[in-house]
Amino acid sequence: MSDTMSSPQEVERRLVPFTIRIESRLVEPPRWYPAVVSFGAIVLALIAGGIIIALVGGDPVRSYLHIARASFGNLGVLSDTLVKATPLILVGLACSLAFRSRLWNIGAEGQFFLGAFGASAVVLTPLLPADTSPWLFLPAMLLAGIGAGALWGFIPGFLKARFNVNEIITTLMMNYIAVAWNNFFIYAIWSEGGFQMSPMFPRNAWLPRLTDYAKQVSVLAGLTTHAGFLIALVVAILVWFIVYRSRWGYEIRLIGDNPQAARYAGLNIARNTILVMMFSGGLAGLAGASEISGVVHRLQGAISPGYGFTGIIIAWLAKLNPIAVILVSILFGALILAGREIQPSGIPKLIQGVILVSLIASDFLLRYRVRFIPRREAA
Amino acid sequence: MVHQHFMLVPTQTVTENILLGLDRPRFLMKLAEYDEVVADLGERYGLKVDPRAKIWQLSVGEQQRVEILKMLYRGAEVLIMDEPTAVLAPQEIYSLFETLRAMVAQGKSIIFISHKLQEVTEIADRITVLRKGRVTASDLKVEGIKREELASLMVGREVLFRLERQECHPGKIVLSVEDVHAENDKGLPALQGVSFDIRAGEIVGLAGVAGNGQRELAQVISGLRRCTRGRVLLNGEPIENQSPLLGIQRGLAHIPEDRTHVGTAPNLSVTDNVIMKKYRQPPFARGVMLDMRVAEEFATQLKAAYDIIVPTVETPVRMLSGGNLQRVILAREISGQPLFMIAMQPTRGLDVGAIEGVHRLLLAQRDAGAAILLVSEELEELLSLSDRILVIYEGKIMGEVQDGDLTTIGLMMMGTSLEDIRNGKGDSSHV
Amino acid sequence: MDPIVILQAGVGTGTVLLFATIGELFAERSGVLNLGVEGMMLVGAMSAFSITLVTGNPWLGVLLAMLAAGLISQIHAFIVVTLQADQVVSGLALTFLGAGISVVLGEGLSKAGAISLMPAFSIPLLSQIPIVGQIFFQNQSVLVYVGYLLIPLSWFFINRTRPGMHLRAVGEHPAAADTLGINVYRLRYFYVFVGGLLAGLAGATISLAISPGWFSELTTAGQGWIAVGLVIFAQWDPLRAAFGSYAFGALRRLILDIQGPTILLGFPNPFYYNPYWGFFLQMLPYAFTIIVLVIGSREAVRKRLGAPAALGLPYIRGERGL
Repeated sequence: MSDTMSSPQEVERRLVPFTIRIESRLVEPPRWYPAVVSFGAIVLALIAGGIIIALVGGDPVRSYLHIARASFGNLGVLSDTLVKATPLILVGLACSLAFRSRLWNIGAEGQFFLGAFGASAVVLTPLLPADTSPWLFLPAMLLAGIGAGALWGFIPGFLKARFNVNEIITTLMMNYIAVAWNNFFIYAIWSEGGFQMSPMFPRNAWLPRLTDYAKQVSVLAGLTTHAGFLIALVVAILVWFIVYRSRWGYEIRLIGDNPQAARYAGLNIARNTILVMMFSGGLAGLAGASEISGVVHRLQGAISPGYGFTGIIIAWLAKLNPIAVILVSILFGALILAGREIQPSGIPKLIQGVILVSLIASDFLLRYRVRFIPRREAA
Repeated sequence: MVHQHFMLVPTQTVTENILLGLDRPRFLMKLAEYDEVVADLGERYGLKVDPRAKIWQLSVGEQQRVEILKMLYRGAEVLIMDEPTAVLAPQEIYSLFETLRAMVAQGKSIIFISHKLQEVTEIADRITVLRKGRVTASDLKVEGIKREELASLMVGREVLFRLERQECHPGKIVLSVEDVHAENDKGLPALQGVSFDIRAGEIVGLAGVAGNGQRELAQVISGLRRCTRGRVLLNGEPIENQSPLLGIQRGLAHIPEDRTHVGTAPNLSVTDNVIMKKYRQPPFARGVMLDMRVAEEFATQLKAAYDIIVPTVETPVRMLSGGNLQRVILAREISGQPLFMIAMQPTRGLDVGAIEGVHRLLLAQRDAGAAILLVSEELEELLSLSDRILVIYEGKIMGEVQDGDLTTIGLMMMGTSLEDIRNGKGDSSHV
Repeated sequence: MDPIVILQAGVGTGTVLLFATIGELFAERSGVLNLGVEGMMLVGAMSAFSITLVTGNPWLGVLLAMLAAGLISQIHAFIVVTLQADQVVSGLALTFLGAGISVVLGEGLSKAGAISLMPAFSIPLLSQIPIVGQIFFQNQSVLVYVGYLLIPLSWFFINRTRPGMHLRAVGEHPAAADTLGINVYRLRYFYVFVGGLLAGLAGATISLAISPGWFSELTTAGQGWIAVGLVIFAQWDPLRAAFGSYAFGALRRLILDIQGPTILLGFPNPFYYNPYWGFFLQMLPYAFTIIVLVIGSREAVRKRLGAPAALGLPYIRGERGL
């Protein structure tokens, strides 16, 4: 009756000539260890992804080389990679900030959409005339995007703070609602000539791109990297300071680590929940606004290949560190860019999934040590 | 084995818990039949409990009976009891001992694990002593053994049973609790009109069996729980039903019962943990930013002053042992020079050396003029440190003693008020 | 806009949610939160469709779909039960993985054309009952009838059988179960597997019965997430889960149908004359899920009920507390 199969501590004893003993780590692993483990996890994931590609009939080596070339091969594609990385950085920051406080913001995608909406509204209502100086236009659009995103984050935040409603589901539902919201405006209100998109924004409502300066510096011709990238970098540094050097950041980290201790220390968890969700939503909204005014220049249905969800993976991969988010976003930007040309088309998403699984599994190694002990023969 | 922390599923009934993990019933649960079997078993051993009650509805003493019944149902011949009296009042302990003797008379064997020397000498036929994982003495006959002998076998040196305590010179009233009523997590009344004062420079002990409102009282005073009626005044200012922040800012220190889940943030560094109450003020706070350099210096100072054994102040506190963790918490709370401190089970789970250290710190604070409320399940500790002792039972203060009379305290812990004891209505026959 | 038709179709659509919700319910009762339902459903839907396409046998499709989803669920089980990683992130990862795998392997399936579906029929006597008979027993897919059986069976299993008691114990107080010889790890693996099987069944129900075909990620349209929300609304009870699932199913059908007629309740139908208002209708199921969650959360507080106490927490032998 009583099952003698024991806990994971003695796996596969009979099959393998070693005993695998798993022990809880008593000492912190060296500082480079987490980075190495993460790196190893990615390598493993790429191998696994390669196997799947091969199974479906593709050539993994060619596929990966293709990805590398298609995203970093020359200045042009590098620029495109940075363009893709821009919204990823901001969404990655949004997710990492929320996750730090144990708030699972899965709604970055919806907040992104609302950010795009907010920015577009400034142009299309029109709140400001088409000939407004870009110095007024652009900040207004970005602020509107931040505000709209913050509102979209506020709602689930409030529900969580007040009614303890699971934010994973609410933020997710808000994603679907956001898409329908935007669609309504695209199809019904701002549609241009019956097409499923809004009219193109006036030039003053475009974020400046490198290629705009091609007349002065000829090598910049055709490079679509836009000011959003700079903004994203600045925001990342700002977030770093906030998290590690500000009082609020300390509170976020404390609440995230132990909410009970935070209460004991006098913190107001409900207030923090709402603030963090608004900030997180605002960052994702900024991503949407930046994408709209830097890349798409009009409001349409297809503005995101799942940036909001990729942001979750990026945040996790970067271990919630804002500076690491920048690097990881560039990597994923490359994946998304090059992935568009890979057959079959679901591969980038698959690779993302494998990387995430691999990472989570590898976290185990940070908490436990695995030791192989050769087994002595039984007499 | 009857565990110290009960292994009972709160949302299931007594019978279900007893049947858990067994082969019978095979598939369909016919609870009614088994309810009867359990009731009979209870009668036989004098462990009365309602088989259909859900565990969360039962008192701690009753839950322990369920644990024992669980073992008896399985036909256990040898019972291992791990600190069984930790949650019982003196009269319940007597009851338990009777049960144990009855079981032994029926041929069962019992291994009784306890650090309470008094009980061990009372109930056991033979004693084995363990220290740091090794047996230091075994098979001692109980006859003629002395407590001091046992204690030194446990610790390896002469144990100081009472620390030197200077005479108490209480100052003005620092904390005033007036007619406080509060509910526990289940919505049942936990505090029913608690009133007392604590003055500067004294340690007031609060005795009582666990679960009689101590936790809720500590939470109300520190702002972690609402009270439905009454007031809590710190230096004359009301602090009840407000954020814990208010108390912290006014000089209230709180050493929580649960070191790891409430008192510290496990993955944050020692530095982060010691500034938990001070980070809002300069020099740690500079506007909206934190000055981490100052924080680290502060942490390093505390590390030296309180003898916290840790590689660096950047180490996450989850790596620390229980004793070190408690030192971190004490360092944090005491360094704020609190006017009032509430210390909940401050030495739980600590070894004798660490206990002594904590006691010295508490006495030092008292001598420096702090008002301290010491809540503990160890009567020894209360008697050793407190200037006076209050006893709480079912959310009411039963009375106050200053002379350390164990019998009186014991009776109060079981629900007889001081008045009734003095009037001779104290129930000296056992439950 | 016939109410009978709406309810009838609602029962069909609701069956999808029913399977997914009850599956997740089992997993959560054992203490494991599995947010990968959407991913597992996609795997199930794709597998069912492609297997049926290849073999011509929808029953085989359903069976293998269930196994495929169950298999994937074990990745999550391994990560959260053995490696004791965070259950939320692992579940999300599973969703990505499931979505990725199903999209990659299902490439080209959408152009495949018609396949044989699961049989649909009426139950002889029961379908004659006025109204109730028409809604529940007339011309429904066999999978719908399976759903009807699942409800009482799962309730009975959880509440009135010994293994059910063990399941509940593992979710409420795994340490207690462990000390009595119950293998907490194995049971959790098992019930996550059950959750996977049922999620796969839900997916198969979509692609082989309710909305035949494979439409990449749109196939499930977030129903996996709605199911997770419904588990909370259902307060982890199969009967309430059934109620919620069918209600949602009816709602989705209602939203579709409400845009058709020119007259609605005696007035000119605003949804007919303003077709773009349809977008707001699209929001309804998701908005309702949020409302349902708020109700469920408040009720839990009020009745001091709530999630299995150990939900979301890895069981580490020897650790204090649960």
